[in-house]
Amino acid sequence: MRVVDLRVAGETELLHGMSFEVGPGEAVGLVGESGSGKSLTLRAIMGLLPRGLTRTGGQIELDRTASMIFQDPLTFLDPLTRVGDQVREVCEVAGRLDRRAAGARVRELFADVRLPEPEVLARRYPHQLSGGQRQRVLLALALAQNPGLLLCDEPTTALDVTVQREILDLLDTLRREHGLSLLFVSHDLAVVAQLCERVVVLHEGRVVETGPTLRVVTAPQDAYSRRLVDAVLPLPPLGAGDD
Amino acid sequence: MRWVGRSLLAVVPVTIGVVLAVFFLLRIVPGDPAAMILGERATTASIEALRQQLGLDLPLGRQLGDWLVGVFTRGDIGTSLVTSQPVASLVASRAGLTALLVLLSVVFTVLIAVPLAMLAASHKDGPLDHLVRVVPTIGMAMPTFWVGLLLILVFGVNLHWLPVGGVGTGPGEPLRSLVLPALTVALGMSPPLVRALREQLVEVLDADFVVTLRAARLPSWRIQAHVLRNAAGPTVSLLGLNVAYLIGGTLVIEKVFAINGLGALLFSSISTRDFPVVQGIALVLALTVVLVSFLTDAVVALLDPRVRAA
Amino acid sequence: MSTAPAREPSPGTELIATRAPGRPSVRWWRRARRTPALVAGAVILGVMVVLAVFAPVLAPYDPSAQDLGNGLRPPSAAHWFGTDQLGRDIWSRVIAAASTDLRIAVLAAITPFVVGVAVGLVSGYAGGWLDWVIGRVVDTFVAFPFYVLVIAVVFAAGTGERGIYVAYALVGWISYARVIRARTRTLCREGWVQAAYGGGLSHPRVVARHLLPNVLPLAVVLLMTEILLIMVAVVTLGYLGLGVQPPTPDWGTMISDGQLFLTTRWWVPTLPGLAVVTTGVGLSLLGDGLADVWRLR
Repeated sequence: MRVVDLRVAGETELLHGMSFEVGPGEAVGLVGESGSGKSLTLRAIMGLLPRGLTRTGGQIELDRTASMIFQDPLTFLDPLTRVGDQVREVCEVAGRLDRRAAGARVRELFADVRLPEPEVLARRYPHQLSGGQRQRVLLALALAQNPGLLLCDEPTTALDVTVQREILDLLDTLRREHGLSLLFVSHDLAVVAQLCERVVVLHEGRVVETGPTLRVVTAPQDAYSRRLVDAVLPLPPLGAGDD
Repeated sequence: MRWVGRSLLAVVPVTIGVVLAVFFLLRIVPGDPAAMILGERATTASIEALRQQLGLDLPLGRQLGDWLVGVFTRGDIGTSLVTSQPVASLVASRAGLTALLVLLSVVFTVLIAVPLAMLAASHKDGPLDHLVRVVPTIGMAMPTFWVGLLLILVFGVNLHWLPVGGVGTGPGEPLRSLVLPALTVALGMSPPLVRALREQLVEVLDADFVVTLRAARLPSWRIQAHVLRNAAGPTVSLLGLNVAYLIGGTLVIEKVFAINGLGALLFSSISTRDFPVVQGIALVLALTVVLVSFLTDAVVALLDPRVRAA
Repeated sequence: MSTAPAREPSPGTELIATRAPGRPSVRWWRRARRTPALVAGAVILGVMVVLAVFAPVLAPYDPSAQDLGNGLRPPSAAHWFGTDQLGRDIWSRVIAAASTDLRIAVLAAITPFVVGVAVGLVSGYAGGWLDWVIGRVVDTFVAFPFYVLVIAVVFAAGTGERGIYVAYALVGWISYARVIRARTRTLCREGWVQAAYGGGLSHPRVVARHLLPNVLPLAVVLLMTEILLIMVAVVTLGYLGLGVQPPTPDWGTMISDGQLFLTTRWWVPTLPGLAVVTTGVGLSLLGDGLADVWRLR
């Protein structure tokens, strides 16, 4: 996936010509503070810009399907439908399957995202699941579309720290099992550093630095990147790159 | 199922309240009920006779007890002073027509309100939206009976499409005769519902889960189904409230369109001061309203699992 | 960075000073002028009120003056709304009825407004069993369809204005109670209410000085709708013969009297209805406009 000179504007321009790429099987992090345009970039790639904003320039080259997971799975899932049914619906549409085949696919997907007791959980409603379980359901929903690229919009921000770790590990495992590319957005540099090989630093709608995570974190070249790195409290051991 | 139990528990005090209120309906009024029924020209003897007949000379507690026993064991809600028929059978004979009218009105209301609200919500702030929002404002200011008269003028007379009064006996009856009355009622009930549903839809359309559904590339109609189901809850509650209000309000419509339903019976009993019939009808109507409220809450709970858990 | 440490004001007083806004100001007036609904509503309603108040002066004819030779004439320059079956000028009768019906609607709306807002505030603020009991009372009242209740009251208290006042006082407070209760509870959850109480104000003063100004805008908007409903009810009862009695002019009785001529002389029953609709639209727009200005929508 490649983004060239992307511009998004509403009443004023919000993204000023961003360019970066994500290679096959790569995990790339998109970091920056709130309001820097990270989520907006993801939305632009998916074609899901909110009302009032449009893409005013640039190109997006996607050669495989992209799907997306979101920050707070409680509000991002239909509260009135059982989770199993929600995933099944996506399977039916994405794979043109009938109800039964889709049901089987749902069980597969639930297993992929490591949800225990898939039959029981499938019949539950979102408010009856824990935060971590809901995020896995969102993941299953995203995987149901057989994506080549998974866009992650701060999926761990609303979770407890221990659950965060599990989800990050899950994402890493899925990446390896399915050959997925990941574009992971977060304002938390530490989280990104755990998962991603490369990092793109965003500031006020512009790319200010990109490069291998290790390098950017230990020797940031841009002033803003340096501030971001300094602001992080003790970095965990960088797991990116060790398979 | 726990929810059902809890709901029934809330219904019981209301039912008790309703029954008591109906009982005291006439007795709280200053003055002698019997004298009031017979009017100013009545003789003392006839007033006394009526008092005995209605049991008004017995202590209040006994009156209440007798009445309650009668209602709950024999289904006896009184006897008409005018025709000496049991009120229960009078009500039963007229209730069907009114019930049909109410049902048809609800159907029309839904058919009018839902598409309009969906149209307005999906074109939010556009000219269509403003049009749909202005119409309820005007609609709420129109007295129902006046709208009925207008419909009679337009459809019955000028276009000769539909019958304009009474209930005929022919093909399609009694439904055909109920179309205009039901439409009148629906036009009156829709405005607040269109507003409420539109607001719910607008709120839901901005909800996060809609983004997920769009990201999953679901076809538009599937997304609409999810949206509608989420927006329906408060609107169904409002609809239930309106229907409850309607059950007593058919009175006016039945007069305009000369329909012989429960409302017309109520009206005539008032005019002839047939107190037992008035009391009986009031009881039946109030209890029906309680039932409708319960059913409405049940539907909302069916739609929203979170309500069931609360 | 060293100044004398700032003294912490007691939490109640600080929060009271910055409590939720509710004070009208000059800016309000300017904003009001720019809200189309408010302006339109005020203008329409203003016209109706002027017509109603000055009806005796503005009416070209005496509303009860009959002219049997001139009956059932269509609208013309001499008779703007035509004449009814007794030759009376309909336009004069319409504006005379305006004063009756508007007066009753406004007067009848006062008691439910006061009672309903009070009950809503108390119910929402107190919570607990008091709230529950009031809730059940409301449910019981709601079970009685409005017109059934009104007719029962009319049965007891006699026809005419009195019946409307009593019936609406009995039943009308519920709409306010529900809405105000909900709003009060939302406000109470915001914390500054408890702070006010904690700062030393007694319960009644908290309610009066802090909650009341914040729910009043909502109540006033509701008041507009309620006046509209009462007006329609007055007219409907007049139509049924249970409301204002002749010879007092009333839109409802005019429509009922004219129904006979619906298909032949449509203006006789239809135009009085138009007056009702116009007033109603004015009230509705005013309510919507106020809601816009006070940012309630």
